[in-house]
Amino acid sequence: MTKSYSKVKNMLDAGHFVVCSELGPPIGSDPDFIRNKAKNLKGYVDGVNVTDNQTAIVRMSSIAAAKIAMEQGLEMIIQVTARDRNRIGLQSDILGASALGLRNVLLLTGDHQTFGKDPGSKNVFELGSVQLIKAVNDMVHEGVLINGDQMDTPPKMFLGGAANPFADPFEMQMIKMQKKVNAGVEFFQTQAIYNMEKFKYWMEEVRKRGIHEQAYILAGILPTRSSKALRMMKKYVAGMDVPDHVIKRMDQAEDKENEGVKMAVETIQQVKEIEGVRGVHLMPVAWEEITPVVVEEASLYPRPEVE
Amino acid sequence: MIVAEQKKVKEIIDMLGDDFNKLLIAGCGTCVTVSLAGGEREVNSLAEILRTYYANKGRDIEIETLTAKRQCDFEFIDEIEKEIKRNDIILSLACGIGVQHLVERYPKKVVLPGLNTSFYGATTAVGEWAERCIGCGECVLDQYFGICPVARCAKGLLNGPCGGSQNGECEVDPDTDCAWELIYDRGCELDRLEELIEYEPPKDWEVFRDGGPRTLVNEEYHED
Repeated sequence: MTKSYSKVKNMLDAGHFVVCSELGPPIGSDPDFIRNKAKNLKGYVDGVNVTDNQTAIVRMSSIAAAKIAMEQGLEMIIQVTARDRNRIGLQSDILGASALGLRNVLLLTGDHQTFGKDPGSKNVFELGSVQLIKAVNDMVHEGVLINGDQMDTPPKMFLGGAANPFADPFEMQMIKMQKKVNAGVEFFQTQAIYNMEKFKYWMEEVRKRGIHEQAYILAGILPTRSSKALRMMKKYVAGMDVPDHVIKRMDQAEDKENEGVKMAVETIQQVKEIEGVRGVHLMPVAWEEITPVVVEEASLYPRPEVE
Repeated sequence: MIVAEQKKVKEIIDMLGDDFNKLLIAGCGTCVTVSLAGGEREVNSLAEILRTYYANKGRDIEIETLTAKRQCDFEFIDEIEKEIKRNDIILSLACGIGVQHLVERYPKKVVLPGLNTSFYGATTAVGEWAERCIGCGECVLDQYFGICPVARCAKGLLNGPCGGSQNGECEVDPDTDCAWELIYDRGCELDRLEELIEYEPPKDWEVFRDGGPRTLVNEEYHED
């Protein structure tokens, strides 16, 4: 098989069960903050997402932070949302990211700005995720911009998108997932899974449509050590599905950190058995240091070596 | 219609300032009358409040009231020329269009806005209006079974719902219907769901106000 420019893609193509994680940039401009987080992850994961002003809160730019982390030897996945930039800004950033050597991108519509600390900011959303995927696909594979202009050196990127098994309307979400594939998505990272039954059903529907054969699916895992966080997610995070029994389990746990790791590991083991799931995406919020522990406990360490 | 709401009285009083004796409150007889913000009733009630306020302050202010048929047509604001000219300040309870039209016709007068112009909407309950159109300049309602995702989806998504929609509610406000849930339900009812699989390219925003302020000319009627 021809090796591509993306290590994440090469690992997936080679049939490995891939482990990705997340790195949240700081509200500040300290590069060492990124370097320290990167060191902690090195060797434990195959790709690291850097969020793009997640929940619409100003942070160091995804591309800048990803470049800093990449210099520590990590394979990075930048996140690009359509919330803050129009087609001119978005395409420009893709060109810049590729020029910096960033080879993977997760293309998102983005959280609405009313969720963040600048609810009075103007929202852009000129493109939605599907249009953004199509635009970047055309840049990478056709060397052409939205306006039809050709470029000499097209960007090189492995294209990802998000999928939410827990959002409504279910059928419409499936249609949208298929549209993302048609637009050029090569891998999906899902919303965090706490409702395993629902996720299994969703994967069944994904397989019925053959989507798992058209794009790699990485299951979202959100390790947490707090009942309060679970309750907050259930109540306030749009598109999250946290069943009561999960919250009860954490409530009753004496060692909550240990329980959090156990729950994450169990979820990983369960999704690993589901046909069509090709990896996991770990996104511990405010607990990033736990990622190596979860990876080891889930017997996913050491990571295979792939070019 | 254009939906508007009245500015807070304190804001209006601050805006009016101290340098006047004669005030005209001018309502508008169309949209903002229907949206209960700037019709005859609102004009009279605001006049009462301001008369009481200025009387308590010991200020001798004369307040005159009227409601034009429409402030967005010169024909109707010409009819109120006398009233406008004999007052110091005109407080317009029309939408922003009416206010600017008065300014254009009577450039020497101080014309101030009494309303915040909100959106194009429909009456959804008594005293309740909801946004249904943003005037994007290129109607797509045919493609979405008569429900506009440009105006009614918080992110204006044209290719399906975002990941935050649950139980038919918009993630931004649970009291707002998810436009995509409505589109999906209509698609099911009409048995036309499969049409939604088609990719919808980015919209041309040049025909919206992103192309600059718009002027529309109907050649059939237009006179230079």
